[in-house]
Amino acid sequence: MTRRVQLLENRSLLKLAAAAAPILLALIALPSLINTYQVQLVIYGLIAAIAALGFNLLLGYTGLLSFGHSAYFGIGAYSVAFVVAHLGPHSMEFYLLLGIPLVAVTSALFGYICVRHTRIFFGILTLAISQVVYSLALKLFWVTGGSDGLRVPRPSLFLGLLNFSGSHGFQFFIKSYYYYVLGIFVICVILMWVIVHSPFGKALQAIRDNEVRARFLGLRIRRFRWISFLVSGTFTGVAGILWAPLNGLTTPDILYWTFSGEIVFAALLGGFRNFTGPIVGGIVFTYLRTYAVASTEYWQLLLGVVLVTLVLVLPTGIVGAISQAGQRLGRRNAVT
Amino acid sequence: MILLKTVNLRKQFGETRACDGLDFVVNKGEFLSLVGSNGAGKTTLVNLISAHLQPDSGQILLEDRDITFTTVAERIKAGIARSFQIVNLFDGLSVFDNVALAVFSRDGKTVKMTRLADHDGDARRETLEVLGQFGLASKAAAPAGRLAQGERKLLDVAVAYALRPRLLLLDEPTSGVSTHEKAQIMDTVSSVVRGGMVTAVVIEHDMDVVFRYSDRIVMMHEGSFLADGTPEEIRANKEVANILLGAPLAI
Amino acid sequence: MSILIIQLLNSLLYASVLFLIAAGLSLIFGVMRIVNLAHGSLYAVGAYVTAWLAGRGIALGVGLGWLFLLLPLGALSVALIGIVIEPLLLRPFYRRAEEYQLLVTFGLLQILEDLIRLVWGGTPLSADTLMDALPILHIGGLFYPAYNLLVIAIGVVAAVILWAVIYHTKFGVLLRATSQDRRMASALGLNVGLVYVVAFGIGCFMAGLGGAIVVPTQTAVLGMGVDALIIAFVVVVIGGLGSLKGALIGAVVVSFVRTAGIQFFPELELAVLYLIAALVLLVRPTGLFGTT
Repeated sequence: MTRRVQLLENRSLLKLAAAAAPILLALIALPSLINTYQVQLVIYGLIAAIAALGFNLLLGYTGLLSFGHSAYFGIGAYSVAFVVAHLGPHSMEFYLLLGIPLVAVTSALFGYICVRHTRIFFGILTLAISQVVYSLALKLFWVTGGSDGLRVPRPSLFLGLLNFSGSHGFQFFIKSYYYYVLGIFVICVILMWVIVHSPFGKALQAIRDNEVRARFLGLRIRRFRWISFLVSGTFTGVAGILWAPLNGLTTPDILYWTFSGEIVFAALLGGFRNFTGPIVGGIVFTYLRTYAVASTEYWQLLLGVVLVTLVLVLPTGIVGAISQAGQRLGRRNAVT
Repeated sequence: MILLKTVNLRKQFGETRACDGLDFVVNKGEFLSLVGSNGAGKTTLVNLISAHLQPDSGQILLEDRDITFTTVAERIKAGIARSFQIVNLFDGLSVFDNVALAVFSRDGKTVKMTRLADHDGDARRETLEVLGQFGLASKAAAPAGRLAQGERKLLDVAVAYALRPRLLLLDEPTSGVSTHEKAQIMDTVSSVVRGGMVTAVVIEHDMDVVFRYSDRIVMMHEGSFLADGTPEEIRANKEVANILLGAPLAI
Repeated sequence: MSILIIQLLNSLLYASVLFLIAAGLSLIFGVMRIVNLAHGSLYAVGAYVTAWLAGRGIALGVGLGWLFLLLPLGALSVALIGIVIEPLLLRPFYRRAEEYQLLVTFGLLQILEDLIRLVWGGTPLSADTLMDALPILHIGGLFYPAYNLLVIAIGVVAAVILWAVIYHTKFGVLLRATSQDRRMASALGLNVGLVYVVAFGIGCFMAGLGGAIVVPTQTAVLGMGVDALIIAFVVVVIGGLGSLKGALIGAVVVSFVRTAGIQFFPELELAVLYLIAALVLLVRPTGLFGTT
C-alpha cells in the first residue's frame, strides 16, 4: 500500500505563494462582501483551521492519533477567561502573551506522559487526560464557573489601540477581529509549513513511516514525538485563545471528548495526509457543524455517521480526493 | 589496524547459543564477508554490534573504546551504521529525502525546525553525491515506496552509507535482486571501501559475490567461527570448501 | 468494622461490573487487535435496554421472576449489535492503517451516544424494581441488598465461564490461535472471519451484561458510556491489554482504589486512579499482564 505524497510539498516556494495569493486576497476582501454574521462564521472557520493544523502535525506527520486535543484548546480558552476574571487587562496581546506559554507548558507536560507509549495507549491516554481536565473544570466551579462557565468581554486589539465598547462596537469588533485572526492564521500557516519542510519535519515523517529505521539513523524517537506534541498542542491552544473572546463565554463543553472528536473530524474531512487538508477541513467543518446544529438536535449522531462514511469512502479527505483526481487527469492527458 | 573487536561475546535465545563466546576482529579498511548457514548466528552478531540486541556477556570494543553498553544513537555517533535484511525505508518520503535525512541526522541538524530542508546547500550537495555513487540520482524525486526491489536495496545501503560510518554492516544486501543489480550494489560498496572511506562487514549467501569482492571471509556455524581467512585460504581449506560448496547447506 | 465490610462488598460489586467491561475490551483486542472505543457506549446500551425492558415489563404486569431474564436479554441485544457492526464497519479496515480502525470505532462511539439520547431522551432510566425484588439480607448486624451479592456472583461466574471457554474448549483454542497469529491460523484453514465475529460478539455481550447488571443499582444516564470507557481503559492499562487475568486483577485494584478514594478524597478520586495508571505505565508499559 503506497501513500500518495502530496505533490504540493515538492514544488518551490514561489509556486506555493502564487497559489496562495489569490486565496489570501479573497480572504482580505471578504468582510466587504458579506454581512457581519457571515464574517463571524469565517472567523470561527479560521480558528478551527488553526486547531486542525496543529492537530495534524501529530497525526499526519508524526503518525500519532490524539483523542484529547480539546484539552489544549480549552486550556487556551480558559486562560483568557482567567485573565479577565482575575487579572483585569482586556488586551488581546496580553491574552496571547500569557496564554501561549501556558498551553505550551501544558502540552509539554501531557505530551511527556503520552509519547512514552505505543499508539494504542497513546490515544487512550490523550483521551483520559482531556477528560480529567474536563472534570476539573466542571467540579472546581469556584475557579472555573463550573458548567455556567466564565464570561469573556471584547478585548482591545493592538495594545489598546482599538477599543470596542458600546452597542455599535459589535460590527466594528467583528470586522477588526477578523483581520486580526486572519493575520495570526497566516502566520500559523507559514510557521507550520516551514516546520514540516524543515529537517525536523522530515525526521518526524521518517519516524512515522519506519520507527526502527529512524532509530538506526540515530534519531531519538521519543524526543521527536514529544516536541511534535508540544508544537501541536500549542497551535491548538492558540486557536482556543482566539476563540474565547469571539464566543464571549468559556464553558467546559470545549474540554469534553466530543470536541476532540470534532478536531479529529475536521482533519479527516480535509485529508490528514496533506498540508492543506486540515485547513480546508477546519473551514468546511465549521459550516457543516453550524448547519447540522441548526437542522437537528442529534447532530452528534449525524457527525458520527458522516465520520464513519468518510473513513469508509473518502479516507484521504477532500484535499486528498481532489489531488488524486488531479493526478488521474494529468495521467490521462499525458497518455493522449 | 583493528577497527572493531569483540571479546568472548555471548548471546543465547533459550537453548540456542546464537553467539558462543565470539572473539571477532575487523580490520580497518577491509571488506569482510560473514558467511554460514541460516541460524549460524551471523545476524545476531551484527545485531549485537549495532546495538539492536544487548549481549548476555562479553565486550565490544571500537578502537579500544568499550561500547558494549552504549545505545543505538551512541553507536551511530561512534561510527557504526547498518542496513537490514528486509528492506527498511521511509516509503512515504522521496529517495532524496531518505538519504538527506541520514545526512541531517549525522550532522545533528534534525532539531532544526526553522529552516527549510531543501535550502540546506551542504546537505543537498552531499545527498546528491551519495545518490550518484549508488546510481540513484535519476530517481531522487520518486517516493521510496515506488522503487523496484533492487533499487530499494541500493537505497537501503545508501542511507546507511550516508551516515558516513567507519563501520558499515550490511545484512544480505543482495538478496532478492537480479545479477546485474547485485553487481551494481557490490561494486559501489567495494569502491567506497577501496577508497578508504569505510570498512564493511557484509552478511552474504551468494558465494560468487563473496569470493569476488571480499578481502577476508569469516565463516560461522552454530554460534562459533569455523574458518577465517582470505578467499584463497578458504578455497584451499578442503574442509571448509566442502561445507560451503559441497554439502547441502540451506542457502 | 461493619462499614468496612459494606465498603468491601461495594468494591467487589464495582469490580464485578468493571471486570465484565474490561474483559470484553481485552478479548476484542487480544483476538482482533482492535481497540474498541465504542465499548463503553455498548455498556451504556446494555444498561438502557435492560432498564427500558424492565419498565415495559412492569407496566405489562410481568412477574418479577421473569424480569430477571432481562439481564441476559439486555446483554444479548448488545451482542446482536456487535455481530452486525463487525462485518459492516470493522472488517473493511483490518488491512488498513491502525488510525482508521480507531477513527471508525470513535465514530461509532458518537453514533451510539447520540442514538441513546434519541431513543431514550435525557431523563435517566432506572430499574430499581429489579433490585428491590430481592430481599435485604441481614448479615451479622449489617443490612445489605441481596441483589448486590447477585452481581458479584455473576461477575465471578462470568470469569470462570470465560476462562473455561478460552482454555478448555475447542473454540477457545481457535480463539487463542487466531489471536497469536492470524495469518497462520488462516493458512491452517481456520475460518478467521467467523472467529472474529464471534469474539466481537462475546466482547459486546460482556459489555452489555455489565450494563444490564449494574442498572438496577444505579440509574442509566447520558454520558455513562464514555465515563465507563475511560475507567475500563485504566483497568486494562493496569492489568494489561489482552489478558483475562489482567482484567480481573485490574478491575479489583481500580475498584478498591476508587471506593477508598470516594471515601477519603471525593474530588480527586479520578485523579488518584489516573495517578496509579500513570505509575503502572511508567514501570511496566504493557501493564501487569499485558500481551502487547
